[in-house]
Amino acid sequence: MIPPAYGPEVASGLWVYLEQEAGRLEGVALELLGRGRELAAQKGTALTGLLPGHQVQDAARVAIAHGADHVLVADHPLLAAYSTEAWTEIAARLILERKPETLLLGATPNGRDLAGRLAVRLRTGLTADCTGLAWEEGTGLLLGEVTGFGGGVMASIKCAHHRPQMATVRPGIFPLPPPDPRRAGTIEEVSVALSPEALKAEVLRRVRQEGVDITRARVIVAGGRGVKGDFTPLTELARLLGGEVGASRVACDLGWIGRDRQIGQTGFVTRPWLALVCGISGATQFTVGIKDAEQIVAINSDPDAPIFEDADLCVMDDLFPVLEALIAELQRGTP
Amino acid sequence: MRPLDTVVCVKVVPKPEEVSVDPETRTLDRARARSELNPPDMNAIEMALALRERHGGTVSLLSMGPPFAAPYLQVGLAMGADSAYLLSDRAFAGADTLATSYTLAKGIEKIGGWDLILCGEESSDGATGQVPQGIAEWLGASQITFATSLAVRADGRLVGEREIRGGHEVIAVPLPAVVSVKLGVNEPRFMDMERRHSAAPVTVWGAGDLGVDPAWLGFEGSPTAVGAVWQARTRERRREFLEGTPQEKGRLLAERLRALLAL
Ligand SMILES: Cc1cc2nc3c(=O)[nH]c(=O)nc-3n(C[C@H](O)[C@H](O)[C@H](O)COP(=O)(O)OP(=O)(O)OC[C@H]3O[C@@H](n4cnc5c(N)ncnc54)[C@H](O)[C@@H]3O)c2cc1C
Ligand SMILES: Cc1cc2nc3c(=O)[nH]c(=O)nc-3n(C[C@H](O)[C@H](O)[C@H](O)COP(=O)(O)OP(=O)(O)OC[C@H]3O[C@@H](n4cnc5c(N)ncnc54)[C@H](O)[C@@H]3O)c2cc1C
Repeated sequence: MIPPAYGPEVASGLWVYLEQEAGRLEGVALELLGRGRELAAQKGTALTGLLPGHQVQDAARVAIAHGADHVLVADHPLLAAYSTEAWTEIAARLILERKPETLLLGATPNGRDLAGRLAVRLRTGLTADCTGLAWEEGTGLLLGEVTGFGGGVMASIKCAHHRPQMATVRPGIFPLPPPDPRRAGTIEEVSVALSPEALKAEVLRRVRQEGVDITRARVIVAGGRGVKGDFTPLTELARLLGGEVGASRVACDLGWIGRDRQIGQTGFVTRPWLALVCGISGATQFTVGIKDAEQIVAINSDPDAPIFEDADLCVMDDLFPVLEALIAELQRGTP
Repeated sequence: MRPLDTVVCVKVVPKPEEVSVDPETRTLDRARARSELNPPDMNAIEMALALRERHGGTVSLLSMGPPFAAPYLQVGLAMGADSAYLLSDRAFAGADTLATSYTLAKGIEKIGGWDLILCGEESSDGATGQVPQGIAEWLGASQITFATSLAVRADGRLVGEREIRGGHEVIAVPLPAVVSVKLGVNEPRFMDMERRHSAAPVTVWGAGDLGVDPAWLGFEGSPTAVGAVWQARTRERRREFLEGTPQEKGRLLAERLRALLAL
């Protein structure tokens, strides 16, 4: 066994990493506070938020309103933008000092960048991209539910002897907890010693948009390679149905639509009531992102497309004339 | 600028759609699955070869896996890599990402003299996307994860564009560095059949060759363990086909959607 930095005998408390961007908490951080609140209550332990950044005091208060008992704020001008080195350094120091039993992080690109590095620095186990979290009966160990093999196989992973037991969690799995502005909690400013030389990475350019959150859409109209670069009819249909446009990875890779709309293993897992899937073949890496939809409609010109195996309503045809007729019909009778 | 020596970490994986869970033994059944090089690792190989064309230097391939992985490394050699190393030993089996990244880091140290390590963004089997960051930490190197493009700047720093939530950023880090490459960022070149025959053989190293503590390897070295595996439940779907001309199908679908959504 690779020797742990510390073990279960000395560990206590549940921590959630509070990822923020310009002082605004990521949705998945709030979701983790919600689930973390329940998990902490089951264990009778406190829920602590770990919040590195610059000018993030408001975010600390938001975290308390969403379920944190205690927030550790590491504030420093050099923490204005995420960097692997600074974040790993700060998190590792606080964790080795205070020895939490469990640390949960959102599986965003930067959350995964940090978690993978931090786990090795702490010589502990890291469960990846969980779609469920629970305490194991009897042992009280964290059980992370994960998917593998393109989404076809599920597994539960645990970490018996090393602490903290760490897990990254997919955005959109747990509901957003309703905020309670009167909730009591403490905010603690921790000291941060960082020199510019300690930061290896320099950020040269950053482009970021507050994209859509397709994980909460009730209706999704998804397009793939078959839409041939033209998402106009899908956008119009989504508008008529009060939903959002989603996409296969291929459509995103080709630059037809933003990455914030990618569904699947390396995109978002969605749970719409209705998913309308157009010009997507239905690879498992895609379908894992819609498999919990109540209703799936597939439009595809290939009778052998695997997506038809996973659909309630199937339309085997060229998607363009079908969508044209569908949209025209829906527009009639709506103002 | 001096030449760039790159190691590309590649994993041989079963084709995901051919793996299932045996309902009786509740274990993974990979016996019928064919293998392939993990798709984003192909993009990593292509990126390394393109960098070598610009900067000179060497491209080595490194994999940890069973002996049957060797022919897949030969594919990479035939694409143009200079050398290939396979870490293969029963002691490596069952490794989680901590033990895997440790073993690969030890292999990289033994290859020696490297500036850049390229990996894929995630594997198609375990799909954790954790190994690259782990290797970077064991080696004390910089890291750029989820990279879509890479270049070496005149001052010798590595500049990479990477994905972040809702967008992307361009960062510069000092070498040596570990980079994980996004799937599909380039078009991997075909193998050159001539090369396939003339290429250097794959060097195979076991635990004894790496000078590692056996207790840090494989299942025994791993802090995490798989508690249970099961087949992802797929709901039974109705699979009802609508008939008619495209226009009729569109109108029929409108009716159904109106009813479903109570529009
Ligand atoms: C590690 C890894 C991770 C991945 N992660 C994801 C992921 O997160 N999400 C994802 O989506 N994929 C992912 N993929 C890729 C996945 O395997 C498929 O390649 C991808 O989903 C295919 O996208 P597509 O269905 O749009 O394109 P294609 O497979 O090319 O399918 C296009 C479909 O459009 C149909 N079509 C064409 N023209 C028309 C027309 N006029 N009318 C109707 N139908 C038409 C065709 O019949 C075909 O079925 C991943 C792959 C790997 C290896
Ligand atoms: C369903 C399932 C779930 C799992 N969940 C976890 C988990 O939550 N936590 C955990 O610690 N382990 C987990 N594992 C074990 C994990 O798959 C192994 O540790 C594996 O050896 C490496 O992880 P990965 O495949 O996820 O690699 P990733 O980190 O996804 O791979 C990224 C890149 O690292 C490189 N790489 C990875 N493995 C090798 C290799 N053997 N040789 C050369 N290069 C390589 C490749 O470039 C690859 O593209 C899981 C396994 C399965 C089957």
